[in-house]
Amino acid sequence: MSTTDQWLKQVLAEARAAGDPARLAAVVPYAQTMGISLLLAPEGPHAGELLGVMRFGEHLIGNPVLPALHGGALCALLESTAIFQLLWESELSATPRTIGLTVEYLRSGRPVDTFARGMPTRQGRRVTNVRVEAWQDDRSRPIAVASAHFLVHSDEGPAKLEI
Amino acid sequence: MPDDLDAEDLARLRELGQRFMRAVPHNNALGLELRAVGDGRAEIFLPYDVRLVGNPETGVLHGGAISALIDACCGAAVFQALRKPMAIATLDLRIDYLKPASPALGVTARAHCYKVTRHVAFVRGVAFHDREDDPIATSAGTFMLGTRTTSRTEGAA
Repeated sequence: MSTTDQWLKQVLAEARAAGDPARLAAVVPYAQTMGISLLLAPEGPHAGELLGVMRFGEHLIGNPVLPALHGGALCALLESTAIFQLLWESELSATPRTIGLTVEYLRSGRPVDTFARGMPTRQGRRVTNVRVEAWQDDRSRPIAVASAHFLVHSDEGPAKLEI
Repeated sequence: MPDDLDAEDLARLRELGQRFMRAVPHNNALGLELRAVGDGRAEIFLPYDVRLVGNPETGVLHGGAISALIDACCGAAVFQALRKPMAIATLDLRIDYLKPASPALGVTARAHCYKVTRHVAFVRGVAFHDREDDPIATSAGTFMLGTRTTSRTEGAA
């Protein structure tokens, strides 16, 4: 697989220099279409933490009767947040590629803004595992959680013995 | 698709499926097209759209769009497996990405709801460009059946 894309490295450096992670999300057309962005938690115990946010829009509705957010939209927020976070918080030798993810839907997503935050559970040389939670008003009541694993290995990195 | 359905059954199922696509704003926003339905099966096409690109350098569709396609297709397959229409909700969905999508190509998803119990439906899905045996992603999921149809915030709770 390829090393981190040059254009992405540049966007990342600019976003970091400006202290504005939203610039990173702004270059991904799908994130723009969905209304997915990034922000730094403003205050409280989590101040300064990178969060994914999906601003509510009618186009995210999956069940118009309730109404409730589409499971696929929540899945996208969880996966995007994990990838953005790996890019923002680690120095990867390659752009993370999703190997797989398992999403559990815990509560129906109401038609409001949704936030997400990932916790890397294992950062290996080739694979990183992340647990991501999505919530709305109350962070202690997640509406969906995902465990995801990403390929973060670059073949162009230093040669090491493969097991 | 099973061939023991008469034309009337098929027309009824197709109509139900198309209504399902149009009635769901997110499916509409992604441009999903229901191509076929059958007994516990559904096939949905996601047309290529620059608005859904994940990597602007390569033009490849974002994994999230493919996840949403698979989720929608699995849901549609569950509807086709039910004896009577009822509300459903995704309980869990596992997706494995086997290879990246190719730029400028749409993606087809097929799902099969192979088991329905009183409360839970079990579904397998696959997403591919041209051939089902050369998949972009595969999935396994469960759906809860007969979920509530009123919002909790509006109800007694």
